[in-house]
Amino acid sequence: MARKLVLSLLAITASFFAVAVVYAQQRYPTDDDVNRVAKQLYCPVCPNTPLDVCETKACQDWRAQIKDQLAAGWTDDQVIQYFVEQYGERVLAEPRRSGFTSFVWLLPVVSIVIGLVVVAQVLRGWKTKRAAPVVPAKPAPAADIPPDVLERLEEELRKVS
Amino acid sequence: MLYDLGYFALLISFVLAIYAASAAVFGAQSKRTQYIESARNAALIVFPLLTLAVLIVVYGLVTLDFNQAYVADVSSRAMSPFLRVTALWGGQQGSLLFWSWLMSAFASAVMIRKWQRDRELMPYVIFVTMGTLAFFVGLSLFITNPFARLWHDPSTGAIITAVFQPNGAMAFVPKDGEGLNPLLRHFGMIGHPPTTYIGFTGFVIPYAFAIAALITGKAGDDEWIRTTRRWTLVAWLFLSIGLILGGRWAYDVLGWGGYWGWDPVENAMLMPWLTGTAFLHSVMIHEKRGMLKVWNIVLIILTYSLAVFGTFITRTGVIGSVHAFSKSAMGPSFLIFVAVTFLGSLLLLFKQLKTLKAEHELDSLLSRESLFVLQNLLFLGIAFAVFWGTTFPMISELVTGTKITVGPPFFKKVTGPLFAALVLLMGVAPLFAWRKQAAAKLGKSLLIPFIGSVVITVAAAFVHWPRHPYSFALVGLWLVSFAALATLLEFWRGARARMHSQGENFLVAIGHLFSRNRRRYGGYIIHLGVVMMALGVVGDEFFKAETQGTIGVGQSLAVENYTLTFEDVRAYPGSDGREIVEATAKLYRDGEYIMTLKPRRDYFVVQQQPVTVPAVYSTPGEDVYVLLVGWEDISWSASTFKIYVNPLINWVWAGGVTFIIGTLIAAWTSLDDKRAASYVLRPEAPQASPAS
Repeated sequence: MARKLVLSLLAITASFFAVAVVYAQQRYPTDDDVNRVAKQLYCPVCPNTPLDVCETKACQDWRAQIKDQLAAGWTDDQVIQYFVEQYGERVLAEPRRSGFTSFVWLLPVVSIVIGLVVVAQVLRGWKTKRAAPVVPAKPAPAADIPPDVLERLEEELRKVS
Repeated sequence: MLYDLGYFALLISFVLAIYAASAAVFGAQSKRTQYIESARNAALIVFPLLTLAVLIVVYGLVTLDFNQAYVADVSSRAMSPFLRVTALWGGQQGSLLFWSWLMSAFASAVMIRKWQRDRELMPYVIFVTMGTLAFFVGLSLFITNPFARLWHDPSTGAIITAVFQPNGAMAFVPKDGEGLNPLLRHFGMIGHPPTTYIGFTGFVIPYAFAIAALITGKAGDDEWIRTTRRWTLVAWLFLSIGLILGGRWAYDVLGWGGYWGWDPVENAMLMPWLTGTAFLHSVMIHEKRGMLKVWNIVLIILTYSLAVFGTFITRTGVIGSVHAFSKSAMGPSFLIFVAVTFLGSLLLLFKQLKTLKAEHELDSLLSRESLFVLQNLLFLGIAFAVFWGTTFPMISELVTGTKITVGPPFFKKVTGPLFAALVLLMGVAPLFAWRKQAAAKLGKSLLIPFIGSVVITVAAAFVHWPRHPYSFALVGLWLVSFAALATLLEFWRGARARMHSQGENFLVAIGHLFSRNRRRYGGYIIHLGVVMMALGVVGDEFFKAETQGTIGVGQSLAVENYTLTFEDVRAYPGSDGREIVEATAKLYRDGEYIMTLKPRRDYFVVQQQPVTVPAVYSTPGEDVYVLLVGWEDISWSASTFKIYVNPLINWVWAGGVTFIIGTLIAAWTSLDDKRAASYVLRPEAPQASPAS
């Protein structure tokens, strides 16, 4: 009898822990968890307002849905994937780096690289022109100031600084 | 009657603008000065005429004449007189008229001030400004007329918007107007929109002079740049003020805890600012070295085209945005105008390339010229990335049929490194000499800022690292402190040179530095302002904290070392047609009471639009920004709050003010100008001091 009682008490205690363990694994999502996911999404009706700050009814419903999904044990990526499948890629705050949208990432990088190459070429061109033994190039006359005065002015400015 | 007067003022302005543009070109081509004089007189009358039109619109807005369609649209009985006046730029018709008015003001001012000096360029300046003005006044006249009225047609019962009375229709006067969009009912309405518009329109002056110089074949010398230098600075200053005020306004009313959302319209405003900034820097190479002449013209064409493009995006709602308050039929004509401006200017430049011969020469790659070119590349690169990201949703829709979103993460990741490189250049470039910089000397002058910034960064790492282990943040901090120290050292060097040579004390020496070379030292102040703003951005990007939660009476929500305790929430009717729900909560730091905050949610009943009003506890170090997100509206016993802790955000605003002061110093018309000129021309200028 007493033994049975101890056993059942133990079982009950253990079940408390079990609940606690389950809770720790799937703690009920907080608003911060929802916002963490919502930050990465845009709803299709509110242009340029991220989901985590949008106040329309539709967006509130989306956030409630995210909360339910997180509560059901979905990962952040699963939730985001779900919205992409439902509403298309436009819900993503950050365009994907694959397919056509990779162009949005690539082109700025490519243009900077090309720009650097062009700038390097141009600067080198200017320098070699100087090195070539042609007529000593005059600095273009700025206004009516004679070049030698301009030269001295430059020198002075340099000294003042 | 009054509106007919306004309408005719517009009509006459339109005709006069076209006449002035044509007569000016005809007079210049055929060398008949009387036509040029006549064109100038015609152009000068446009400004008072448009002023009259603007005043009539404002009169209607203030006296609430709802028969006028524009007044019924943007004004209402509940609005204060202050807001009614600002409603002039609160809707499409009014803001376009305001645009034209500002542009005519700039055009008149430049014609009056510069008529004697730049006689050869003036006819074409009139041509460009009046041609542009004719387009904008034409839009007002034929597409979005601010003087259109509401008419009731008894036979069909329809309400018609038309300038003149349709057959059989009677004037219709609604009981009340719609009123301004609730987001615009804010004190910021007096600041951000007009300054932005002044900035946008102001760039027409350097653009017009550049085009005039191209046409007359005088773009090779720097007259057009010297004439417009101050005008460009003024336009740029207003655009900068507009950007800063816009950021502040967004922080105050948009309720998301930030100041810059990479919204298409924000981007549209940033792009001309970026290219304009590149222009302001690279004209110095033209002036000092006679180089980059073609490039400068390209930059001003780009800047002006982007300014018009910005107006196009803002005013046509072609890209969804928080600013797109109205959609309209003027999209196509606007797009054609932008294309003609841009391509036509480039074509002209191409035709006149031979007049732009420049002697490019460089003693060393290690020179200020190189850094200027690099800096130009970075500004253009950022402008391109922003342009590409802003227009990509449209491109994607055209190509693949699916619209996508390009949100802030894209812009931050792409432009962040480029902005960082710019901050580095900003610290280093002023130490470089023109033509050639000796490496050893450079190393010496960079040593102190370098060591200082490393010390600061390491110290910050020790203090903050356990809490915020972000290596990017430390890189940002190092950049900011390096650029700040390098710039401050420039002041110190300049002052020390004067103290040695003139025997002045430190303050006097600093004062003389400024008066002797406003442009240079004003520029350094601007750089310091940018560094301060960059510090704020680093804080906001890397150290921002936020939390959200629902709490009952007496319960608390904690973030970082702050705790917010909920007291109560109540609803009451507010002015201006809004229902207000206001929560009261107490803010504690480390358990110590600081202040009571009252975040609100205002609901505008007619527009069915909520506006979140944050409650902010602000200190130089950080802001605690509290939003009321939701509430229990039956028992009023619980509320949902969102709390942001925004570190260093006030450095953004302080940096903005510093920036503006610096620009004012650089642009100020000074009595010293004449003295400075004679100083330059004096044949035997005394040798400046020894020292560094």
